[in-house]
Amino acid sequence: MKAPALGSWFARKEIEPPADIASATLRSDRFRLEREGDWRRLEAIVARMEKGGLKRVDDEDLLALPTLYRTAASSLSVARETSLDAATLRYLESLVQRAWFQVYGPRKGFFAWLREFLFGGWSRAVREIWLDVCIALFVMVTGTIVGWLLVAEDSEWFYRLVPTGLADSRRPGASREALADTLGVEDGSGGLSTFAAMLFSNNAGVCILAFALGFAFGIPSLMLLVHNTAMLGAFLWLFADAGLGIEMAAWLSVHGTTELFGILLAGAAGLHIGRSMAFPGSRTILAAAAASGRRAAVVMVGVVVMMIVAAFLEAFPRQLVGSTEGRFAIGGIFLAFWLSYFYLYRPRTLAESEA
Amino acid sequence: MVTPEGLALPVTVASRGSRVGALVIDFIIVIMGIFLVQLLFSLLFWAVLDEDFDPASGAISAAGEFVIILAILLIFVARYGYFLAFELSPRGATPGKRAVGIRVAARGGGRLTPEAVIARNLIRDIELFMPFIFLLLAPSGEQGNAGIAGLIWFGIFMAFPFFNKDALRAGDVIAGTWVVEAPRTKLAEALSTQGAAAAEGTSDLTGVRYDFGEEELSVYGERELQTLERILRENQPEALSAVHAAICRKIGWDPGAGDERAFLEAFYAQLRAKLEADMRFGKRKADKFS
Repeated sequence: MKAPALGSWFARKEIEPPADIASATLRSDRFRLEREGDWRRLEAIVARMEKGGLKRVDDEDLLALPTLYRTAASSLSVARETSLDAATLRYLESLVQRAWFQVYGPRKGFFAWLREFLFGGWSRAVREIWLDVCIALFVMVTGTIVGWLLVAEDSEWFYRLVPTGLADSRRPGASREALADTLGVEDGSGGLSTFAAMLFSNNAGVCILAFALGFAFGIPSLMLLVHNTAMLGAFLWLFADAGLGIEMAAWLSVHGTTELFGILLAGAAGLHIGRSMAFPGSRTILAAAAASGRRAAVVMVGVVVMMIVAAFLEAFPRQLVGSTEGRFAIGGIFLAFWLSYFYLYRPRTLAESEA
Repeated sequence: MVTPEGLALPVTVASRGSRVGALVIDFIIVIMGIFLVQLLFSLLFWAVLDEDFDPASGAISAAGEFVIILAILLIFVARYGYFLAFELSPRGATPGKRAVGIRVAARGGGRLTPEAVIARNLIRDIELFMPFIFLLLAPSGEQGNAGIAGLIWFGIFMAFPFFNKDALRAGDVIAGTWVVEAPRTKLAEALSTQGAAAAEGTSDLTGVRYDFGEEELSVYGERELQTLERILRENQPEALSAVHAAICRKIGWDPGAGDERAFLEAFYAQLRAKLEADMRFGKRKADKFS
């Protein structure tokens, strides 16, 4: 490629400078009129970039952009020292600011970001919050055990833990057949995909809530985890009491390994923010919150992806695959996949060696 | 904000009022969008339902089901995707923000990353959508005190920007962002090339060239010069004659009438020439008192 001559960078084609430079009495206005063409050209390029990204800007303009930006920036600093034209100063400040956002703005497009996210960024972010994942896991296990023990002690607790809408025929004292029936297979796939979409929308909402509540030092996130897992414990006790413990675990494992993992990560992400705000270390609270917030946001995008997978699993195979072994197999495969993706898959990326 | 060239750029934090305005505009757009989608899909839904549809069994055709799924997903996308997509764009602003002239930027002048935009918008969920749903549910009484809780919750997060100087909301704290003014000013005409201010310029009316002495120009400073510039650009006859009279009184001239603009143009150009010349020697006169 032939290197473009320096002169052509400054070439003004469409935008001619005003011809009446001679009529300006002031030295600062002559300075302005001489450079006005460059400023206007920069403004036109920036406006096009703001509208539709880099695709709309042709190569010549793109090459000229850094030079034009620096010209405008130096014009601004000269003008500040020599000119008292408030309108021009205001214009230059806004122009340089707009150009700055484009020149130093995000260079990554959404799809480039998504690729980086899937092949490394996601699992790295999950590994980085390992301590919070451990805490959240501990809380969830404790919650399940507490739920179980409470209901085992007094079955009245079941009604307090489980909202009535969710329970329907699954309640203490229900017959074994009735309970086994709720674990059964639907006779067709009719209505299941709607179910999946609703589940996804609902579960993703719960996860985002678990994350967002981390803002209050993570305590509400943990409470949400305890509440949800206590409900799970109550259900487990109910089915185990009727002698259906294994069947229940199989039924749950199909989507549960993905969904509970997702909720675990969402709670951990919320906790990560809360923890770094409570104990910012040597950084300021704002800096600590911002750093952990960005890391947690990456985890959260992953959680939404996991919720989509979980909703599909919940709607289709769980209802269509009837055998206990089959259900365990599906759930186990997904658990193994997530664990190996998060903890074994460690690609060396450019971003990692930079960091 | 200091650019890598070492140039300090003043960044004005957007006022809370304009942010509320932007939010209201965005909210109206999102709600209208969801409403239209609902309407469209319910029409579609009734269109694809077979005439032998049996409400008792609740079984619906595959086409009907597909329509429902699309509707659920679209509403999810509207709720989370609207702000994300627009704030990730090169302009860093939703249509509402663009309308009031503000944008999202990284605090401290770094790059605005996708992670930051995602984080600030996930937090929006508890700041806005969650209590909003509580408020909608409250009148039914089904949720007990949740309505009041929602109101308090809403109040806490809405008050958040008033307790820090950068008007950060909770999402901004988490994401390391702030919302700043994004002025888009047009370059105004150079005043010193027009009328009586120009090099050969004389009054159009009388053909006289106004000339002011050192003494007469030294009464004003930069502040007054900029006020005069604004008056000249706005070009309101009453304001022009008022300023004309004030200046004449100050420098002891006899105020005539009818040729105010030429007088002010000449005065502006000569005052600016004097102040700028002083600037080059390191002397600045901020206003008439200094």
